[in-house]
Amino acid sequence: MEGIAGTRARLTWAVNIAVVLLVLLWTIPTAGLLISSFRDRDQIAVSGWWTALAWSERNAQFRAAPPSEAVEEGGLWVIEGNLLAGRPGEIRAFGINVNRPTEFAPGATATLPAGQRVTVHADGRYRIEHDAQPAGGSGQRLFAATLSPPRFTVENYGTVLTSAGLGRSFVNTLTVTVPATVIPILVAAFAAYALAWMEFPGRALIVAAVVGLLVVPLQLALIPLLQLHNALGIGKSYLGIWLAHTGFGLPLAIYLLRTYIAGLPREVIESARVDGATDFQIFLRIVLPLSFPALASFAIFQFLWVWNDLLVATVFLGNSEAQLVMTGRLRELLGSRGGEWEILAASAFVSIAVPLAVFFGLQKFLVRGLLAGSVKGG
Amino acid sequence: MADGIVGQLVEALGAMIVGVFACVAYFWASNRALDAAFPARGARAGANIRTAGAIRPWLFLAPALLGLGVYLVYPVVNSVWLSLHDAAGRRWVGGANWVWLAGDGKFRESMRNNLLWLLVVPAASTLLGLAAAALTDRLRWGNIAKSLIFMPMAISFIGAAVIWRFIYDYRPADQAQIGLLNAVVVGAGGTPRAWITLEVWNNVCLMAILIWIQTGFAMVILSAALRGIPEETIEAAILDGATPWQLFWKIKVPQIWGTIAVVWTTITILVLKVFDIVLAMTNGQWGTQVLANLMFDWMFRGNDSGRASAVALVIMALVTPIMLWNIRRARAEMR
Repeated sequence: MEGIAGTRARLTWAVNIAVVLLVLLWTIPTAGLLISSFRDRDQIAVSGWWTALAWSERNAQFRAAPPSEAVEEGGLWVIEGNLLAGRPGEIRAFGINVNRPTEFAPGATATLPAGQRVTVHADGRYRIEHDAQPAGGSGQRLFAATLSPPRFTVENYGTVLTSAGLGRSFVNTLTVTVPATVIPILVAAFAAYALAWMEFPGRALIVAAVVGLLVVPLQLALIPLLQLHNALGIGKSYLGIWLAHTGFGLPLAIYLLRTYIAGLPREVIESARVDGATDFQIFLRIVLPLSFPALASFAIFQFLWVWNDLLVATVFLGNSEAQLVMTGRLRELLGSRGGEWEILAASAFVSIAVPLAVFFGLQKFLVRGLLAGSVKGG
Repeated sequence: MADGIVGQLVEALGAMIVGVFACVAYFWASNRALDAAFPARGARAGANIRTAGAIRPWLFLAPALLGLGVYLVYPVVNSVWLSLHDAAGRRWVGGANWVWLAGDGKFRESMRNNLLWLLVVPAASTLLGLAAAALTDRLRWGNIAKSLIFMPMAISFIGAAVIWRFIYDYRPADQAQIGLLNAVVVGAGGTPRAWITLEVWNNVCLMAILIWIQTGFAMVILSAALRGIPEETIEAAILDGATPWQLFWKIKVPQIWGTIAVVWTTITILVLKVFDIVLAMTNGQWGTQVLANLMFDWMFRGNDSGRASAVALVIMALVTPIMLWNIRRARAEMR
């Protein structure tokens, strides 16, 4: 038995390590996005998010104070100031020529072609000495490699919610999602009850058709329905997208609810029938309350699907400020501001925050729905 | 601006309430009307009950059938019609769109890529999901691990595309890499590459995103199936001296083949329909086009409903075998 116990322990270790690796692999991408969204826009472009806690070094160009600020000091005209301007950080090297931005060590003195002497210290202080009173409008250009401490900011979120238009898109997505999640439920629930507990010719055929329609690719439906909506005068509007999502969500809703409702105990429904309850009463008073878990499962599915959908929104809604949903906005940002990582990261995180909250909050129902939808057949 | 937003939300809430109310009103009124037309009393009570009983299911089904008919059945039929007409959907062109499709280079590229996706994504997601299910089931913190692996399922494809941009980003070799993949490559002594434009490999990069999203789905379902295996078979195998490896592959996996097939086909269907990832990462450039994005391209940029419908019908044709298999399975289960 000793040998088996030893193998067990080693196996447990191996399993633990394997799962840790798997979990890391699966969470790192999202963690990267989250960390990036809180980083400073200058740092995000020059260093990976995994270095977010380390100091970052970059070369930058600075401009000293203008000649008008020069003060006389023992026969010399001196301009003084600080390149870091109060920000925390450190100067690693500086230069006076764009081609050699890190020529001098901090504290050293460089001589400009015109004879002025420049000294830059590690803490950012600089001093430029002129032999005569300097003239001209703009200050001396200086180059330096600066080492800055990690900085985290919520500024990116402020920017995307206001100027990038994501705040408005959040409202638009909400406008699409809420009715498109709730309306199909009732329509589907009545149909599911009929398919589960009422006897009529053609029932098996309809169930088969619903199963078949589950997999019809949406691509097929886009053009005909857009034309239909235009012909009906609905066009690209919220009404149109509510109807579209309701129609597209029906097969899954009917299938999930029928599976669940068909599994309710026969005695409960039979005894209500014997007591003289009509089908309508049975449905409203008994079946609907008992089916709450299935209704919740479907609602979560539909919510996640509608919230995350890009295709249906692109086709059935316009691109105007009052209609662009978050997925559409993200797509637009990827095109127009693809290089502005901080905007992309914060925008993406705003758009996935609500689905993630729903996911972690209501995971139980989501899993139950998934299992009802798939495992039964296995 | 603020007024507009409030108004819009009120409108959405109103639509929801009106929608729900209209539903209840329809079902209530139609049932009342039926009871009034065929009262269950009087001389013809028996006949009335039978007639009402025959009609009532259709009252329950009517709104759903209307929705399914208009939003899913009609488009299939209409698409066939559109695929035989010109770009504006007016003039009959016979098989011209189909002839064009057969000779189009981008279509061939899409078919090749879709085939690649079909081979790789369902297999990888299912296998990884199976591994994750088997491993996490043995741990005390397995549920937390599961939750985290399952999480990407809640993320939109377009959000996932942004997330993975931070992985695949490329900087020339003399700069610091800000993409994780290239940072790892450089750390291991390799040269950084622009993964997204690197033909053939870029397809693998895009597939990795979908695998990342779908593994959790496979894991959740397969984990439930593994737990549903009767204890006796496992105990018997352990008594016979089976190693954990044998126990898993020879005893457990064969008992959940049905569920594995369901997971596999579900992901297969998703693969055929996926377009957001390709749209956001490459928009079909650098040899990464897929059918769903090709269709979208012809619909929006090409403005050609004939060609777009033909591509959509190809997707439908590819889905059909699975559809028929699903229907057969569902019917067998109902009996």
